[in-house]
Amino acid sequence: MTVKAKHQRLTLILLAFVALLAAVLLAAYALRDQASYFYAPSDIAAKNVEVDRAIRLGGMVRRGSIAQAADGVTVNFIVEDGKGSVPVTYRGITPDLFVEGSGVVAEGRMNANGIFVADNLLAKHDENYMPRELEDMNLDEIKQQAESTVTQ
Amino acid sequence: MHGFANPTRFLSIARPLTPVLLWLGLALVAVSLYMGLFTTPADRLMGETVRILYVHVPAAWLGMAGWTSIAIASVVELVWRHPLAAIAARASALPGAFFAALCLITGSIWAKPTWGAWWVWDGRLTSMLVLFFLYLAYIALARESQSEAAAGRTGASRIAAIFGIVGAVNIPIINRSVVWWNSQHQPASITMGNSAIDPAFLWPLGIAVLGFSFIFGALVLMRMRTMLAEIRIEGRLRRKAMEA
Repeated sequence: MTVKAKHQRLTLILLAFVALLAAVLLAAYALRDQASYFYAPSDIAAKNVEVDRAIRLGGMVRRGSIAQAADGVTVNFIVEDGKGSVPVTYRGITPDLFVEGSGVVAEGRMNANGIFVADNLLAKHDENYMPRELEDMNLDEIKQQAESTVTQ
Repeated sequence: MHGFANPTRFLSIARPLTPVLLWLGLALVAVSLYMGLFTTPADRLMGETVRILYVHVPAAWLGMAGWTSIAIASVVELVWRHPLAAIAARASALPGAFFAALCLITGSIWAKPTWGAWWVWDGRLTSMLVLFFLYLAYIALARESQSEAAAGRTGASRIAAIFGIVGAVNIPIINRSVVWWNSQHQPASITMGNSAIDPAFLWPLGIAVLGFSFIFGALVLMRMRTMLAEIRIEGRLRRKAMEA
């Protein structure tokens, strides 16, 4: 059986691409930690992050944890990820989207007392997009609202 | 499929298809942007800035779709040696680069009020910036190979095609960047059969994606027709020079 030249080229290109993709996937896997933008609270405990090393900490702001300090410009709150939590202190203006129960990325360092001292806060938006009017409704209420607006 | 590789047959389809795609795309984009800017509600957290969604998401999709077309056309060029495939790959590069840039710019404008920073070096933003640079490199390479071919050296066109295929590894990286690494950018809102986007936002977004895609298709067809016309003019001039 003779192999047609174009089939040979197709096989070669597919093989080369699969090999390249595998190499990139391996590289991405090896980069896992280095390419992450921030540490999660559980990583901080598990990976023994050094005191006073500049890092980023990302997670959810625990509900009911935001407390304004007496000086008026310092906020203390707790960042959690379901597996761990880290207390954070930040001096400055917080971003608009910084609210309890939403995501945050803090730049700063751990101090000797296990508190994360942030120099900068970035709010993190989640993948949910929802109009304001529907915010406090659960799924059934939204359905009811939708049905009530449909005219028979 | 091989029938469409014939430039004359391609032109007879592309000529009437271009205005249809262009006007349909412009109409859909106008409708979606009107809905996006005036009739849809504000987001519960982001407020009015959520309206950037209707440009940012189609731009990101077309930035990645553009390179995917380059890669597929490059495979066809290398395997079946269809000259039209090389033209299709080159024609997709500039619109793709435009939409990748639009995605980066609108994303940056959105990031400032939402995250509190114009730019962060997380996996998603960095891999998208790499895609934009890949486009610039491809455009430069394709132009160089064109002048090489004009000088009578064949084979240069294949270098651009190989680069188009190699660069495609960045597409799954962009897609997976928010899953593999902790990132500032949120994970995908729309996954197989599921949407975390409220229907009030999803409808205009879907129309916008469709509309911008039609415009993209029209731009690629226009550029392909221009390139074919240039080749014909060159051939005709050469023949005239021989006769004279």
